Amino acid sequence: MATYQLTINGKQQTVEADADTPMLWVLRDHLDLKGTKFGCGIAQCGACTIHMDGNAVRSCSIPVSAVSEAKITTIEGLSKKADHVLQKAWVEHDVPQCGYCQAGQIMNAAALLQRNSSPSMDEIETAMNGNLCRCGTYNKIKAAISSAASNL
Amino acid sequence: MTVIKTKVDRRSFLKTSALAGGGLMIGFNWACSSSAEVKDPASAWFDINAYLTIANNGEITIMSPNPEIGQNVKTSMPMLVAEELDVDWKDVIVKQAPLDNAFPRQVAGGSQSIRSSWKSMRMAGATARRLMIETAAKEWAVDANSLTTKGGYVLNGSKKLSYGELASKAVGIEIPEEVTLKEPKDFTIIGKSQKNVDLDEIITGKPVFGIDYKQEGMQYAVVLRPPAFGAKLKSFDDTEARKVNGVNDVIQFGDKVAVLGNNTWAAMKGKKALVADWDMSGRLEDTPYHDSEMNKLLNKRVERPSRSDGDALKAMASADKVFEKTYEAPFLPHNTMEPMNFFADVTGDKVKLVGPIQTPAGTRGQIARLLGKSPDDITLEMTRMGGGFGRRLYGDFALEAAEISQKANKAVQVIFSREDDMTAGTYRPASKYKFRAAIKDGKLTGYHLSGAGIGRNNWVRPDWFPAGGIENYLIESSYVDSNITTGAWRAPITNFLAVAEQCFFDELAAEMGQDAIQLRLDILERAKNNPVGEIDYEPAKMIGVIKLAAEKGNWGKAESGVSKGFSAYYSHNTYVAEVADVIMKDGNPIVKNVTVAVDCGIVVNPDAAINQIQGGVVDGMGHALYGDFSFVNGTPQASNFNNYRLIRTKEAPTVDVHFVESLNDPTGLGEPSLPPAGGALANAMAKATGNRLYKIPFVKDQMVFG
Ligand code: FES
Ligand code: FES
Repeated sequence: MATYQLTINGKQQTVEADADTPMLWVLRDHLDLKGTKFGCGIAQCGACTIHMDGNAVRSCSIPVSAVSEAKITTIEGLSKKADHVLQKAWVEHDVPQCGYCQAGQIMNAAALLQRNSSPSMDEIETAMNGNLCRCGTYNKIKAAISSAASNL
Repeated sequence: MTVIKTKVDRRSFLKTSALAGGGLMIGFNWACSSSAEVKDPASAWFDINAYLTIANNGEITIMSPNPEIGQNVKTSMPMLVAEELDVDWKDVIVKQAPLDNAFPRQVAGGSQSIRSSWKSMRMAGATARRLMIETAAKEWAVDANSLTTKGGYVLNGSKKLSYGELASKAVGIEIPEEVTLKEPKDFTIIGKSQKNVDLDEIITGKPVFGIDYKQEGMQYAVVLRPPAFGAKLKSFDDTEARKVNGVNDVIQFGDKVAVLGNNTWAAMKGKKALVADWDMSGRLEDTPYHDSEMNKLLNKRVERPSRSDGDALKAMASADKVFEKTYEAPFLPHNTMEPMNFFADVTGDKVKLVGPIQTPAGTRGQIARLLGKSPDDITLEMTRMGGGFGRRLYGDFALEAAEISQKANKAVQVIFSREDDMTAGTYRPASKYKFRAAIKDGKLTGYHLSGAGIGRNNWVRPDWFPAGGIENYLIESSYVDSNITTGAWRAPITNFLAVAEQCFFDELAAEMGQDAIQLRLDILERAKNNPVGEIDYEPAKMIGVIKLAAEKGNWGKAESGVSKGFSAYYSHNTYVAEVADVIMKDGNPIVKNVTVAVDCGIVVNPDAAINQIQGGVVDGMGHALYGDFSFVNGTPQASNFNNYRLIRTKEAPTVDVHFVESLNDPTGLGEPSLPPAGGALANAMAKATGNRLYKIPFVKDQMVFG
């Protein structure tokens, strides 16, 4: 066990955890931030996507010991009032079915728009290809990202 | 005008009472047959399982008893109540009801939620509206029939009273014998897209799913299960597991061992550190065994066919040509995005259960028997589900949680890793279909389908298309016994039967030198005008969707570089036809777009309906292309998304949805677009590449694809 000082959604947090504990479980079990989801545990599905210094990463595959000073943002911290341009687009297109993958989809898309504010459909598909949606909401996800980009 | 009786034998389908804190509460049954369908009132007797409340401030709350698995019933079913109640949708709050004694009967049925509740939900709303009107009539001392309603108010010329003002006064008013339902043309909520009621929670990461549930002091339990179907636990050593930081307990139950930890990661690590010795001397099945058993059955005639019209075997014997093809599909895991999980807290006599389950009442009963408790001592709270696809009909994970909690004397949440989820499944069973068609003088004179699969199922749908349209018609079904757990998987049976059948009709049309659609239409015309025997589908509706899909999908119109594949299927009382467009890119076939025509009666919530249909098509195509699941010595050969491929956004086609305009009662939507998808894909691929696909996963059969 070791003690880690983490910056999560702009807040300082102290966590006692084993060094190899993935950030996914630190967020979910130690800090009760349940918005970040477990899907595969091996960086294959994207359900656990968070931002580390603004980049989309798979929290299931980042041990807490590798985070150090990096600023972590989770779906809970993406916006204060659910008014991130993507969250608004998700409402406009009523994207989710079961909803389980959607936090990861939104976090991944947010990182995409951060580095490319007007992505082509090809660029959207390439960026989003690591995020599985078992319900098959891909059509709506792409449409929502496009309209979010056009509202930037 | 639809007048609907609210009472049978003086017993009412509804009950009213005062709401704590003032206001009116109306209890009703979410999916109860309304009087129009009640044949035996005693058996249709009514259990209250849903509530509609009108608070003094005008707030309308609808308690939805049905679990939500992504099919959106939590939004669409309350829409039916709100429509007839005549309130603004924005004033309606929907809450998930728990399973307790006040809600005795709750199930999430296979695409049947809306269909079965279409009248009862509207009756509840209409009755509440009528009570508001009668209360207002008393207040104003006027004839109730002179009053109207709008947006949560009763109107009397220029005077109006809000439902909130009337609610408390309505408590004593007798429930009317019958109520009048709105005409579809007067709908203001039904038929207009309304957003998912849980949308804000989902996009902000609120803990709405089962896996998000947490109780102070609860332990996370990760379970080691037998590695193979047929394996048994001999012994295990938990020395290393107990050394893992955060591991608090190791519990054996049956052939399984649970590791309990302070957090999921600790429990997962503890499980990995267990050393188990398995008895592998039992019956361990593998895929070649399943294959050969199914092949044997396909070549044997059954004693009692599922259906036989005329004499198909004779037609074969006297045909100019017998055209024969066999199609096959493997087992499939469900792979809901949210892995199986459940919370249980067994303390003394009481049991508290929380989690994602499609069959809460049945699961509670099983747990009561397992633990030796009365169902009355068990509470079950249903959470939102991160997908179901049939997997959450089976409560094995909830039973595990209950047993572990009882043995450990702690509150636990069982969590499956993806590997656990994929290898301890309740799979879509493998199946094969052999079709034979007799062709004489260029005409189809006989049809013979033999279906076989793993597990006791009826592998055929003998009274659906092409039943009634072919003179000599023979349908057979047989099964292979197995110790691999199988169960319902989105659109059970038809999820592959439809693929096989719709591929066969395409091949048959080519063989006969006919247009693929025209052959189907000719059979349907016969079934419509002069059916052979009884049939259990409406050929006219099938013809309707086929024509709509052909028109919208530009069937028969040459588009450069585009190969089109057609498929149509009826299931869950809904008719669907699809045209898939495949293009070749760098020598690889790619599905660009799928045009879908759907006849599901009245479309309650159009945007959500489109979402379901798109999802079904993507799901059907994805599993047809990539679904690959086999067994060696009882052991599943795929375990996570690195060795089991699911369709991703780049591979998913755009799906263009068209509804047949209809005033008929709504039918299923969660499943019907899936069965035809694989066939449309295979038929387009065959045109694009010249290679006919017979075996799922197509990606293997095609070699270059993907
Ligand atoms: S849980 Fe991290 S990528 Fe799947
Ligand atoms: S909405 Fe269910 S997995 Fe994406």
